[in-house]
Amino acid sequence: MSEFKSGSNLEKVLKAGHFAFTGECGPPMGANVGHLRQKASYLKGHVDAVNITDNQTAVVRMSSWAASLIMLQEGIEPNFQMVCRDRNRLAIQSDILGIYSHGIRNMLCLSGDHQKFGNHPEAKNVFDIDSMQLIHTAKTMRDEGKFLNGQDVDVRPELFIGAASNPFAEPFEFRVHRLAKKISAGADFIQTQCIYNMEKFREFMKRAVDMGLHEKCYILAGVTPMKSVGMARYMAKSVPGMDVPESLIKRLRGAGKGAVAEEGIRFAIEQIEKFKEMEGIAGVHLMAIEWEHRVPEITERAGVLPRPTV
Amino acid sequence: MIVAEQKPIKELLEMVKDFKKVLIIGCKGCVTVCNVGGSKEVAILASTLRIAARKNGKEIAVEEYTLERQCDPEYVGEMEGIIDDYEAVISIACGVGPQFLSERFPSAKVFPGVNTKFMGGAIEHGVWSERCAGCGECVVHYFGGICPIARCSKSLLNGPCGGSDHGKCEISGDVDCIWDIIVRKMMDQGRLDELLEFKPPKSWITARDGGPRQLIKEELVI
Repeated sequence: MSEFKSGSNLEKVLKAGHFAFTGECGPPMGANVGHLRQKASYLKGHVDAVNITDNQTAVVRMSSWAASLIMLQEGIEPNFQMVCRDRNRLAIQSDILGIYSHGIRNMLCLSGDHQKFGNHPEAKNVFDIDSMQLIHTAKTMRDEGKFLNGQDVDVRPELFIGAASNPFAEPFEFRVHRLAKKISAGADFIQTQCIYNMEKFREFMKRAVDMGLHEKCYILAGVTPMKSVGMARYMAKSVPGMDVPESLIKRLRGAGKGAVAEEGIRFAIEQIEKFKEMEGIAGVHLMAIEWEHRVPEITERAGVLPRPTV
Repeated sequence: MIVAEQKPIKELLEMVKDFKKVLIIGCKGCVTVCNVGGSKEVAILASTLRIAARKNGKEIAVEEYTLERQCDPEYVGEMEGIIDDYEAVISIACGVGPQFLSERFPSAKVFPGVNTKFMGGAIEHGVWSERCAGCGECVVHYFGGICPIARCSKSLLNGPCGGSDHGKCEISGDVDCIWDIIVRKMMDQGRLDELLEFKPPKSWITARDGGPRQLIKEELVI
């Protein structure tokens, strides 16, 4: 038996005690494989794994498993994202087997943004199971070799199981308990929501560390550099569960014309430096939304290169 | 109760545009309580159809009838010998009504006059809110007497998602995050531990997903 649950690069990096650094990539709104490969090229060698989003914000895109396979072809380790919105338990379990069979080793389990947000609000949603149950399903298939109905899985999908945590959604007091519940359900690693309110996040992490959660699971802090004042304002006002302090918006505005993006990157790099020192944080998940080409620069300046070989 | 709302009048006019003799049948059950399908609403709809026809230079005879309940064969049977006199029937009961009428009177052309919305109740005068999804196996006792299947946009069973925002759901600032309410209530009652228990996937066999449902009470079957 391997000492690893999945043997994924991300798992090995984390287990070896390195400060992990992961990226994110949204599949194209079409079959634009060329563009996807180009985005992959910016990420290659700069991150340990790349989270491939699954119809994020309920907008139809190339399927996350297909884009994950393209990442594999490009020599990048994908972190296959799966949401419960679009699949029932039959599709979920068969997709888990399918992606594992093709060499995918990380899976991020999410409930998924409600379809009302997206570009097909008329759709019927599924939500047969929730993210907690999805985590548990993946773990049961891997560790007990059982499907949800109790039948045997003949070859187990050995996946490194991820989950999300949003410390900024309400009720705040419950959030750390929800994190604990996800870990108990089977999460091996956690990606947090984009962090901007560092003070609140410190408080969240203090509670997580007090409960010993960081010893049971690898917590990756979510970072999304702000590209503009408009983006910051939009996130503050229109993205539910997002906490963007007024002080950050002011700082970005203060940077002046043409310098806001640089200020956003500077803030992200400062955050990464803080996360390196923060107790309980095992790495950073960088969500450079449609800014993949800036990842090489950000990782360079954040001092996280070269990525460890394990 | 079952909550419904009237269909747009334009849609109703389109439905009956080719008929000269129309019967509107109301119901004294749920739809009377939610002010959409009782005798009062039957009368209003009948007048509306008459006025619209006159305006369009058409001739139409609209009659009114209100049954005790359209979901009960005993009362539906009252329409025997009456319904066949009409070219079209508009039922303004919930979705059960037009179907019971159609089943009982195979030659009748039955049209729905309302859109059936949900199972719920009035939270204030003139405002109705959904409470039950009819999943077939009630679980509200696990959640402080509140149903996340009907009231969480994602029917989550293990806690609030990351889109819970100042007590509101990610889909709209007008929709309460029911998990916010559940969590706070359970914490107030000192029952946080219960929410930390993993709720396994629910069986939807008892819900609509298991196929059309029927209930048999042996002791009542004659």
